[in-house]
Amino acid sequence: MKRLASLLKQPWLWAWGGALAVWLATAAYTQGQGSGQVLSAALTFGAFFVIVALGQMFVITLGPGNVDLSIPACMTLAGTVSMKAMEGSGAMLPIGLLLALAVGLVVGGVNYTLIRLLRIPPIIATLSSSFIFQSAAIWWNRGLRVKPPTALADFATAKVAGIPVIAIAVILLAACGHVLLTRTVYGRSVVAIGQNMRAAHLAGIKVERVRAATYMMCATLAGLCGFLLAGFSGGAALNMGEEYLLSSIAVVVIGGTSVAGGFANVPGLWGAALFLFLLVTMLNTMGAGAGLRMVLTGLIIIGVIVAASGGKRRT
Amino acid sequence: MSALLSPRVLRGLLPPLSLAALLIAIFWLQPRTMSYFGLNLLLNLAVPIALATIAQMFILCVNELDLSIGGFVSLVACITATWLHDTPLLGIAALVGLIVAYALLGALIHIRNLPSIVVTLGMSFVWLGLAVLVLPTPGGKAPEYIRSLMTLKPSLVPFPIIASVVIAGVVHLFLMRSAVGTVLRGAGGNPRSLERAGWSLLKIKMSMFALAGFFGVLSGMALVGLTTSADANIALRYTLLSIAGVILGGGEFVGGRVSPIGAVIGAMTLALAGSFLSFLRLNPDWQIGAQGAILIVVLALRVLISRSEAKR
Repeated sequence: MKRLASLLKQPWLWAWGGALAVWLATAAYTQGQGSGQVLSAALTFGAFFVIVALGQMFVITLGPGNVDLSIPACMTLAGTVSMKAMEGSGAMLPIGLLLALAVGLVVGGVNYTLIRLLRIPPIIATLSSSFIFQSAAIWWNRGLRVKPPTALADFATAKVAGIPVIAIAVILLAACGHVLLTRTVYGRSVVAIGQNMRAAHLAGIKVERVRAATYMMCATLAGLCGFLLAGFSGGAALNMGEEYLLSSIAVVVIGGTSVAGGFANVPGLWGAALFLFLLVTMLNTMGAGAGLRMVLTGLIIIGVIVAASGGKRRT
Repeated sequence: MSALLSPRVLRGLLPPLSLAALLIAIFWLQPRTMSYFGLNLLLNLAVPIALATIAQMFILCVNELDLSIGGFVSLVACITATWLHDTPLLGIAALVGLIVAYALLGALIHIRNLPSIVVTLGMSFVWLGLAVLVLPTPGGKAPEYIRSLMTLKPSLVPFPIIASVVIAGVVHLFLMRSAVGTVLRGAGGNPRSLERAGWSLLKIKMSMFALAGFFGVLSGMALVGLTTSADANIALRYTLLSIAGVILGGGEFVGGRVSPIGAVIGAMTLALAGSFLSFLRLNPDWQIGAQGAILIVVLALRVLISRSEAKR
């Protein structure tokens, strides 16, 4: 009984419950037809959400004002640079991957440098840098859509026993993220900084070093996601990162991580990513048009946050 | 002399100086813009951006952030080009309803202590979805009176300049000089002490959000007046532009430190940045990037000024 009570208090429960409810509703509507495929698609698209959300979660956990708005630009830049470098050749695959990760690392480094040197809120720093990265991607891409190497496309779309390989890989990645958050000095430092930066500093945590690492990790994950997404969708497109700006934040928050920082959890990311994708699928199946779909998605996101927060204003 | 050049003054002068520098650079590159007609063309689209920036400024003033203003302005533009044109009464009712919705949003964020970033993120989907529902394909028609107001050609001074001065002046008088405005700003500076002094924070938040909604509505109407037709995605970039505009104009993220005049100047600087680049014959690919670069340069200057202030 006690166990059940503690389970009910888990912050990720809402997201998983929501995902399950939406999936069941869709299955009930179609009378079970194709719910397997829906789940498989949700795992694939959810995987992309989770990769970027993992980085965003660490950034948001750093405390109020910490959000990385450069994720879409970073994804696009990493996608275009790596696809162009590989030019569809499978032999160049490792180099392409390294390039994508390097682009992410540089983006994260620039972001942190701006935050540190200009002492501006991360939102503005990553916002202004994202303009430049987006321009760089446009300039580099020149409107071309280079096909990804077949090996990469195969990996991004492969399935083992009906489960997308990419989902399995990202579940492992998320598991690493969970260990990193809960069992390492770095992870605990991030949480401590989010709860009280000054106290963390006085406790001997190298605050700035942890922040730098977090922004660089977030951008590197965005680079990885751009690389895989370009492979999945047949090439890098200039608007490929667009929806990931809002979704990365929404997934983190719906997953039960505190926007005010200092409190994070990884399982919720997967729950929220599945929830968001299944929600859109459900509205699609029920024949809602693009407009209605967006309105309902927005209202449901807000509804979940209102329900999950529950905190009355402290006075 | 030293008082004239104190860091405080310098910081206040930074937004107008950046705008002036940009304008001079544009005049130098393309002398023909230094005319009534040229200025009109250059600054036309700055008016809706300035109004959206003022809207964002009201939200930032109470330590919140609105990530939905772009979608909201788009929705207003769609309503203006359809309902307000065809059935004015329905159009007015819808626009008033939107302002009320904004006030209620402020109430929800305050009462449930929700993060405004996330709530407005969700609302951006809602506004955009509604815009698509109102106007599924680009089109519509601007009401005649808005069109003629936005294309006014007063003698001597171009309309966009007059409009910007009026917007900045009116909001400045209200927010910075009136008693009500001081209380509203206080909610960003020290909410607890305001509450102890007997003011209702709920009412303040609702008023600020309603004001933001009001200026968002004005921005959408002005935009349609210029473009004559609307589209659901017409103003999505306003979200980021408006935040950048407030910050460029000397606003801060917390503490209720904002400046209406600065915000309008910041919005004009961002609007001009695009033209500047095209006059430079720089690759159009770098248009957006240049806006980012200008933002970074101004912020860097601000840091330099603050440092010299700290040294004294």
